[in-house]
Amino acid sequence: MSHSVVQPTPASPTPEGGHLLDVRDLHVEFRTGEGVAKVINGVSYHLDAGETLAVLGESGSGKSVTAQAIMGILDTPPAVIRSGQILYQGRDLLKQSEEQRRQVRGKEIAMIFQDALSALNPTFPVGWQIGETLRQREGMSKSDARRRSVELMDLVKIPAAAKRLGDYPHQFSGGMRQRVMIAMALAMNPKVLIADEPTTALDVTVQAQIMDLLADLRRDLNMAMILITHDLGVVAGVADRIAVMYAGRIVEHADVRSLYRAPAHPYTKGLLESIPRMDVRGQQLSTIKGLPPNLMRIPSGCPFHPRCPYVQQVCVDVVPHDLVLGDGRTSACHFAQEVRDDSAR
Amino acid sequence: MFRFVLRRLLQMVLAFFGTTLIVYALMFAGQGDPIQALAGERPVTAAQRAYLTEKFHLDQTGVGGFFYRYFDYISNLLQGDLGQSLTGRSIVDILTAAWPVTVKLALIAMAVTILFGVTAGVLAGIRRASIFDNSTLLLTLLVLGIPTIVLAPLAQYFLGVRWQLFPPTAGADPDFYALLLPGIVLGSLSLATALRLTRTSVAENLRADYVRTARSKGLVKRRIVSVHVLRNSLIPVVTFLGVELGNLMSGAIITEGVFNIPGVGFNLFRGIRTEDGPLVVGIVSVLVVVYLISNLVVDVLYAVLDPRIRYE
Repeated sequence: MSHSVVQPTPASPTPEGGHLLDVRDLHVEFRTGEGVAKVINGVSYHLDAGETLAVLGESGSGKSVTAQAIMGILDTPPAVIRSGQILYQGRDLLKQSEEQRRQVRGKEIAMIFQDALSALNPTFPVGWQIGETLRQREGMSKSDARRRSVELMDLVKIPAAAKRLGDYPHQFSGGMRQRVMIAMALAMNPKVLIADEPTTALDVTVQAQIMDLLADLRRDLNMAMILITHDLGVVAGVADRIAVMYAGRIVEHADVRSLYRAPAHPYTKGLLESIPRMDVRGQQLSTIKGLPPNLMRIPSGCPFHPRCPYVQQVCVDVVPHDLVLGDGRTSACHFAQEVRDDSAR
Repeated sequence: MFRFVLRRLLQMVLAFFGTTLIVYALMFAGQGDPIQALAGERPVTAAQRAYLTEKFHLDQTGVGGFFYRYFDYISNLLQGDLGQSLTGRSIVDILTAAWPVTVKLALIAMAVTILFGVTAGVLAGIRRASIFDNSTLLLTLLVLGIPTIVLAPLAQYFLGVRWQLFPPTAGADPDFYALLLPGIVLGSLSLATALRLTRTSVAENLRADYVRTARSKGLVKRRIVSVHVLRNSLIPVVTFLGVELGNLMSGAIITEGVFNIPGVGFNLFRGIRTEDGPLVVGIVSVLVVVYLISNLVVDVLYAVLDPRIRYE
């Protein structure tokens, strides 16, 4: 099974049959007063039209920074993009001018953020904020933008949308606010939607609603989606492929089903084992021991080796390369085969 | 909002009585013989003394007498009669002559504050840690460190007397030009505060999450700063400016004194120096009202600017 295309979608104009979005060997550093933090160390992933890629990892693993690099909204300084390519429809965004990149933002690639309360401007009505890009960038009239804002709010299932147009972000509940955020991101019909932990700040029941909404919208509007999360539970029903990040690298990359069935990296295996299971009573919840690495002093060899139950001398000395396991799976572990076989047992 | 304003108005009534009572008590508590104070150096005849005692209800002694006289004063005050100063001039006349001058001075100071303070603050906030930012910080620190009592005579000496760029004093019925230097001096202190406040506010808001959202929407930088950031940054600044305008309206004792400007502060200072009880109490009573109203306006303005604030 290749990275499965859930449904046949007319691919966006992508030259030479390449990917819609293709991040290649991205390196990003943060230069601060205390030193240089190597936040992204050679991340590569790609996204095809109409598919959903989940990027999984704990905080500080670099998943959000990668997304912000794609959007071109990293604060530089302190961030410095050392090397790599971000190809969108075959063109390298990193080589484009700021003005060209601005044209891509919102229109081609849109992003929604974790905490909609702080991500929305507190002093403007939501209708105004949703319609802003339409007025500013599409040259829509005020009344047209207003009408379209109501449509968008209906689309994300905000009840009584027309009445709530003039309300401010703080007057909405958490879930409704996130819907406003989504409506705003959809305003210019982007081809790619990056959702950065869209449900983290929400109640569990609301989380499910928002995930369902995102999945529905992605399908109906035929977008591609990058779903950034640290919550394995959120991913399962929505994503086609998963990229697991650790210390600014992708340590495992697989389609959802095979990854859940048999993770091929000790880190992924640890993550899956630390989910409480409903079907086993009285079991000790397993955890990944130790702490995520300090990005200013990433451990030698495999950055996961201090926490890894499979650790050998080679892990301390040699940085593991992506091991291709077939079916489009890769794992950056010297013992990927063993880990997978262990997991499958 | 309506209920909030109503409640605040009721509180203002209380505050008005409280402050006038205190000022009234303080001003007249210190005087030994108010009739002699009124007469100054001249002798007072028995007939005059009897007449004045009757007129000012001085025959009523003790706490009861004090409140009798206070309420007598307040009832006149509420009818728009502030009485006469010890010099025999109507206090209402003094204030109608003094206030326009003070208001002009206050507006000049406010214009200076907004024009330079807020503008420079926005620029410093956008270019944080730049040369411009650091030099304005140093300059404002200097201004904030020098008290007006030093700054005003210095400005008067160098700009007025030595280099003769401005008239050194204003005198009676001053024109705009004569008030310019005092206005700048008066405004420099609120300018420094406004600059720092604006700078911090802009710098903070530039880091806010909603700015990241605005960038991800593909808006041009100028719009992000001038619409999204500025709208949020100016909330505390406008609040500060409102309070400051209230302060300036009530006169600047030192600046008006140094530049010889016949404004409210100047008259208040003269009243205090000459122990002119009626004049001091009269001016302060009106100042209290001005101050209370300007504060109410600021509170209402705050709710208008920040939709998250709702008064109940």
